Amino acid sequence: MGLRVNGLQRPGLKPATFELASGKTLCIHGASGSGKTLLLRAIADLDPNRGQVSLDGQARAGMAAHAWRRQVMYLPPEPHWWADRVAPHANHWPDSLLQALGFDTTVLDWEISQLSSGERQRLALIRVLARSPRALLLDEPTANLDPDNSLAAEGLIADHQRQHHSAIIWVSHDPVQRARVADRTLEMVDGTLR
Amino acid sequence: MSGPFIPLSPGDLLIAALLLMLSGALSWRLQLSVERRLLIAAARSTVQLMLLGLILHSIFASQSSWLIMLMMGVMLGVAGYEAWSRQTRRLRGWWGYGTGTLSMLLSSVLIALMSVAVILQPTPWYHPQYLIPLLGMMLGNTMTGIAVAMDTLGREAWSRRGEIEARLMLGDTAGDAIGDIRRGALRAGLIPIINSMTTAGLVSLPGMMTGQILAGGAPFEAAKYQLMILFLIAAGTALGSTSAVLIMSHRLFDERERLRLDRLK
Repeated sequence: MGLRVNGLQRPGLKPATFELASGKTLCIHGASGSGKTLLLRAIADLDPNRGQVSLDGQARAGMAAHAWRRQVMYLPPEPHWWADRVAPHANHWPDSLLQALGFDTTVLDWEISQLSSGERQRLALIRVLARSPRALLLDEPTANLDPDNSLAAEGLIADHQRQHHSAIIWVSHDPVQRARVADRTLEMVDGTLR
Repeated sequence: MSGPFIPLSPGDLLIAALLLMLSGALSWRLQLSVERRLLIAAARSTVQLMLLGLILHSIFASQSSWLIMLMMGVMLGVAGYEAWSRQTRRLRGWWGYGTGTLSMLLSSVLIALMSVAVILQPTPWYHPQYLIPLLGMMLGNTMTGIAVAMDTLGREAWSRRGEIEARLMLGDTAGDAIGDIRRGALRAGLIPIINSMTTAGLVSLPGMMTGQILAGGAPFEAAKYQLMILFLIAAGTALGSTSAVLIMSHRLFDERERLRLDRLK
């Protein structure tokens, strides 16, 4: 059970094979440009790739791509927004999620262009967690956050993991953060996971 | 009622041409640097229209269905190329040319054929005097709509790739992810014909009606013809733009609903 990756490859990414049990967190670090983002995008099936990926025994190839991404959700370091205000992006965001990251419901009226990068990153995390994915692919989810907000985000992710028994792959540059959240750590070097 | 038909002499054309030369000189004087393009476009239209006049003359005389089909094929082919070349971010390979051309075949050619067969009913039904001008009107207008719609879709998908992918990442289908952009492209393609229907008769006297009136036709008859043409053009533009936008946006994603901008250039 959990996330199983077998021979996953694409240009810039050597075949990667690993397993991650449900409820566990795998941290990945490595120099920028080493292929961490390529790996996460390939798992989410956002770029052409080869290899097998499955979640809880269900093969990725056996389901529609959007159904796969609804369960195995990728959070990029700089998330995009498709409407001017926050509200159109929010399908039933629970108050508890908003409050945990220091917002209240008035945030829904805010304009995206007026938000700081930290606010955007926190809202993007809420956007992902509110959709209750079964596995998370987090690409430096706290890079733009101050220490307090980072800890709050980590707590929220931990809550989600407990509740949904999620497998989480977490790219982080911060060794202290990795020590806090990782069950396992791998390094990406020139497209090779080791 | 209407006056007699006045044929144009070469001298009459020359006067109009002189006015054009004047605008060319103006462009040169104001350094707009469109005088070259103006001149080439004027020369092209002279040669093309004269040739068309000659060709239509012999096609009308021969009534050969093969010649008519050939003529329609050439018109469609050129319209397809024009629609393709007017796009900044177009699909690579045959998809780029094929999508617009197929959409014009579906809209213009089929609607032109239907309108002679069902509405006008000349004998024979494919009489080139009706079929060819109708097709020309249809192609000329749907070409603009299709080119604008495809151009908008390509440019928007390119510049808003982050937004499209953001929705894909959250588990939206490819259709949902590009839905807004697709609707915007379709609207952009339809606006010119909607505008020209809105002002028809108030501001502009549409080209075909003008032609019929100048040729001595009764204005009310000319208005009826023009109305039919406008409706056919609007329907053809809607049909053609929709099919072009659907095919193109489908092609922008692969079988795993990934945004494939590498298919644009």
